[in-house]
Amino acid sequence: MKSNRWMGFGLTALTYLIAILVFFPILWMVLTSFKTEGDAFAFPPQLFFSPTLANWQIALLDSNFTSHLVNTLIVTLISTLVALGLGIPAAYALAYYPTRRSDFTLSWLISTRMLPPVGIILPLFVIFRDLGLRDTHLSLIIIYTAMNLPLVIWMMRSFFLDVPQEIMEAGRIDGTGLWQEFRHIAVPLVRPGLFATALLCMIFAWNEFFFAFSLTVTDAAPLSVYISSFKTAEGLFWAKMSAGATAAVLPVVIAGWFAQKQLVQGLTMGAVK
Amino acid sequence: MTTTYSVTAPVPKKPSRPFENLFSRQSLPLPAIIFMIVVTQIPLILTLRYSLERWNLLRPERRAFIWFNNYVNILQDQDFWTIILNTLVLTLSVVVITLILGMLLALLLNREFPGRNIVRTMLITPFLIMPTVSAVLWKNVLFNPAFGLLAAIYAMLGLPRPDFLADAPMASVITVIVWQWTPFMMLILLAGLQSLDAEQMEASQIDGAGRATQFRYIVLPHLQRYIEIAVLMETLFILSVFGEIFVTTTGGPGIQTTNLSFGIYQEAFSRWNIGSASAMGIYAIILANIVVLLFVRVLRRGRHEGVTA
Repeated sequence: MKSNRWMGFGLTALTYLIAILVFFPILWMVLTSFKTEGDAFAFPPQLFFSPTLANWQIALLDSNFTSHLVNTLIVTLISTLVALGLGIPAAYALAYYPTRRSDFTLSWLISTRMLPPVGIILPLFVIFRDLGLRDTHLSLIIIYTAMNLPLVIWMMRSFFLDVPQEIMEAGRIDGTGLWQEFRHIAVPLVRPGLFATALLCMIFAWNEFFFAFSLTVTDAAPLSVYISSFKTAEGLFWAKMSAGATAAVLPVVIAGWFAQKQLVQGLTMGAVK
Repeated sequence: MTTTYSVTAPVPKKPSRPFENLFSRQSLPLPAIIFMIVVTQIPLILTLRYSLERWNLLRPERRAFIWFNNYVNILQDQDFWTIILNTLVLTLSVVVITLILGMLLALLLNREFPGRNIVRTMLITPFLIMPTVSAVLWKNVLFNPAFGLLAAIYAMLGLPRPDFLADAPMASVITVIVWQWTPFMMLILLAGLQSLDAEQMEASQIDGAGRATQFRYIVLPHLQRYIEIAVLMETLFILSVFGEIFVTTTGGPGIQTTNLSFGIYQEAFSRWNIGSASAMGIYAIILANIVVLLFVRVLRRGRHEGVTA
């Protein structure tokens, strides 16, 4: 049994090593954000240095950063709210009042999520241009809502189905109307699931790049587009960029850490719990 | 596109008060469905329509209906086949590599050891990070030939400093995407491992099954459904990868790392060829459908073999 224990230690050590290797680029980005520009591209790279907050100050106060952050916030929050607003009632009805078409509706919703974005980008671009909606928050809000709606419906439906029928029945007997039943019985029962679904929608909208890059220029461009402009900077201001990049991913990384369990469910449209 | 995963719904229950609210209850999904039709299906039909037109936004006066000319011209273009090949190489490599790495990590994480939650959190972080940030990070911090970390390691070992994005562009792009997507496989396979029946595992151990035998005959069959879902979802995502390529290589050198998404983007928003970009978009949809169909086929066959074995 002794060799087994050593094997266990070995595997644990190996796991730590891999985790550190995988995480290292991110750690390095965070560390760089606290370096002076000189230290940031010193060669060979320095692991130890005297930290400074100057980059964070510059990056966060930069109007370029803040305006893109505001765009990301507006688009992410509103699209998530709209997706929940449209999706939860749909999920509720599909869970408790299915019709003959419900199965088809649910599979069709998945198929829209499997549609390659390049298959619909051109008409969306032309329509938004003709409506004067190019480079507006509204265009991205509409698209991100559509991107997240199937997810909301599938996830919320599975949460509704998890609620024991007796509880729902007990609530309904009191002679409540549809809105009351929905608002005061169904939704509170799935509140944790609702929270996780909202987090997932926000993660997807926050990180999205293709539609944002195709449909916005400056006015409504979110952080993902702003960060992509760092691609040609060749490291001259890498410390400041690191601060900006770290700030740009921080909210989503933290949200993701909290929603780890639901992440799997969301990514597989509820197929894996 | 259809899906193979069947949907189980409970038997419809009669509302306690028939007629009242019946209409409004069952019409609750309508707003969502109408929204999805407007935003996804109408553009799809319009893409089909545009794909039959000669339409360049720089010369809108020449717009004309030309039937299937775009489709034919694209197929005769050598570059299109290179782009298709790139797309397949990229997608297949990423899916296979992430599946193997994700499986290994899931197995490593499926043990009790101190700090497991922290390790799992660290390992999933690449997946949460904005793809453009990941790409910028790899391009500037790791791959940069002048002051990147990898160049520093090579220099310390006395090797010439490599320029990964120039010398091995496709492998570099694949590396970045593998780094991002391995956590996805890991998470789903870990969920699968954790739903394994502990009693069955113990029973097989008592019967004298070794680790390898256990893995082959108990763990793998149990994981099959999880692997299927993970591979299918990831394949569809990776077929449409865009940001990582745009940021790291801009599809180059030449078109060496241009995949279908990036090629269509350029046709549309650099050359403003709406018609031909739309036709390429239809080809992208066809490719995604072929993948799904092949998938369903392979899965069915796999199931039958499983029964006879």
